[in-house]
Amino acid sequence: MTLKSILLGAVSALALSGIASAETLTIATVNNGDMIRMQKLTDDFKTKNPGIDLEWVTLEENVLRQRVTTDIATKSGQYDIMTIGIYEAPIWGKQGWLAPLDTLAADKSYDADDLLPPIRSGLTVDGKLYAAPFYGESSMVMYRKDLFDKAGLKMPDAPTWDFIADAARKLTDKSSETYGICLRGKAGWGENMAFLTAASNSFGARWFDENWKPQFDQPEWKNTLDFYVKLMKDAGPPGASSNGFNENLALFQTGKCGMWIDATVAASFVTNPKESKVADQVGFALAPDNGLGKRGNWLWSWNLAIPAGSKKVEAAEKFIAWATSKDYLNLVAEKEGWANVPPGTRTSLYNNAEYTKAAPFAKMTLDSINSADPKQPTVKPVPYEGVQYVAIPEFQGIGTAVGQQFSAALAGQVTVDQALKNAQQLTEREMAKAGYPKK
Amino acid sequence: MATTHTRSAARLMMAPSVILLLAWMIVPLCMTIYFSFLRYNLLMPGMEEFTGFLNYQFFLSDPAFFDALINTLLLVGGVLAITVIGGMAFALLLDQPIFGQGIVRILVIAPFFVMPTVSALVWKNMFMNPVNGLFAWIARSLGFAPVDFLAAIPLISVIIIVAWQWLPFATLIMLTALQSLDEEQKEAAEMDGAGFIPRFIYIVLPHMARAITVVILIETIFLLSVFAEILVTTNGGPGTESTNLTYLVYAQALLQFDIGGASAGGIVAVILANIVAIFLVRLIGKNLEA
Repeated sequence: MTLKSILLGAVSALALSGIASAETLTIATVNNGDMIRMQKLTDDFKTKNPGIDLEWVTLEENVLRQRVTTDIATKSGQYDIMTIGIYEAPIWGKQGWLAPLDTLAADKSYDADDLLPPIRSGLTVDGKLYAAPFYGESSMVMYRKDLFDKAGLKMPDAPTWDFIADAARKLTDKSSETYGICLRGKAGWGENMAFLTAASNSFGARWFDENWKPQFDQPEWKNTLDFYVKLMKDAGPPGASSNGFNENLALFQTGKCGMWIDATVAASFVTNPKESKVADQVGFALAPDNGLGKRGNWLWSWNLAIPAGSKKVEAAEKFIAWATSKDYLNLVAEKEGWANVPPGTRTSLYNNAEYTKAAPFAKMTLDSINSADPKQPTVKPVPYEGVQYVAIPEFQGIGTAVGQQFSAALAGQVTVDQALKNAQQLTEREMAKAGYPKK
Repeated sequence: MATTHTRSAARLMMAPSVILLLAWMIVPLCMTIYFSFLRYNLLMPGMEEFTGFLNYQFFLSDPAFFDALINTLLLVGGVLAITVIGGMAFALLLDQPIFGQGIVRILVIAPFFVMPTVSALVWKNMFMNPVNGLFAWIARSLGFAPVDFLAAIPLISVIIIVAWQWLPFATLIMLTALQSLDEEQKEAAEMDGAGFIPRFIYIVLPHMARAITVVILIETIFLLSVFAEILVTTNGGPGTESTNLTYLVYAQALLQFDIGGASAGGIVAVILANIVAIFLVRLIGKNLEA
């Protein structure tokens, strides 16, 4: 065999694989329950679109974010469809990294007007939709009705932080491993900082003032962090500084938490008798406030988007339309029951009597999503958008580093004052390095 | 002694692999050095420009850098101390003729075959978890308050996990060295009335010097870049309590997507690792000569 024939062979092999993969969509997604369910239901999509084959890359949230971001930033084109958050969508859309979903937005049968307004506006830049929401969430209080009855307490629909703190301390019985409240403590901009940033809004705090000056030296942040650290020390589980969403979910499902303030999607897991020991005892309430006009709840959605420059836009759009359509909701309802439908994206779902009957958390989810305002998230004015994050590219790094400091304060490694001082210092450094304030 | 002829033939035959290896190392190294002088953030395309030593300045003045440096040294030192002393103890024990020797040896060596991420997860969730973990259960049943390992003593916890994995390696190397020790020497010393401790200090230990050197050199190379165990258990936290240099560079590259800063950090780490290596080779590498 000569060198020439080897080369020829290699070239033709490449060409062949090019032809074969023309119809294969590689989809990067997160390993959350709703996405796993979507993968099981893809036969429905394949029968409707026989020419398109699907290949899944399912990753844990942090890993997904790293892979997808490096892929799109270096334009390596490994993925045809990416699962991205409501944080990334507008930033990437503005940078021209995503293909706008014009056809989808104009399609009458897809009905983009049915998407919940806060979510839709979060995914839109200059009037163009850059990603389609797969599920949406806010945060709310989930609590144990039986423990509340036993303690003679009654949870209001819209509690204050004072009530929550008081109740948490009364519910705590460390000898029987019952902890009044479980909150996120694991460092990360999408972990403890999602909760703390949202909570700080209701304490009147903000990340930056109008001139992009970090605000961790202000009393509002001290109040927030003081309150959080003291409450967790009195009424939280041990090891809280390494608890994220999944750890708290496990604690709540095994009956160790009296209350848990976290994502609304958790509702279908904690009320599912197959997974949760306390399924029939869970009640829901809005995230707490301090009477300052902002509640401590966030707004998030996981969305499907197509990288700009993709050669498979048409096929990718077909898949996105299938996965985020009303028909998909009906399909899940038919196979798995209404309570397991991906929540928080469409108005029509919340007008559906079958859904609201099967899902006791439906109303609270919708109210929480609608009460979050990413355009005006804080009491005082801010130069950024985003309820539990700051919608600038630098935030991932800064948010995680600040999260480390606050997690250290929770673990008792540093004092609240020291943690705030460090947070202020490192945020100032990073913002200076990134050249803020930008004009 | 090789003749001039065979020597040049050997050089010729080794050339391809040497060149390949060099290219393999030099190309990435040069790119890293180049990136370290750029303002290069993946999330801000079109902003790349030459910034001189700005990245180095920011990395070296980062308060986390000093913590990371200390933590790296503590981690290497701590694991080395545990594995060398523990490895020696295990080797001495395993050398004793006991019933079921083979099985015991396999059990002791087993941790070496467990992947670092898996062992870190098992330690984190099954042993060190303050609510559901085994240690917490033992503490509670004895009437003590459970220790929250990963929050209260994060670096020590990581050292324990890493040492658990490297102990078999040290044991294995030392056991082989111990078995090559001439029995007659020991018997002679015993007949001359030397007790266990003098025999250990004057006969066994000098014989083991080379094995100990090998263990220290090889482990140091790997321990300077411990990463998986930290990522899985503490994520470098709380604060920077368990952040080492590798983790700090990772955080810059893949949490902040700051390629320029991470490259500068990587170069700093390479320089520091080389200082440690030179120091080690000078100090104890002598044992390997002759």
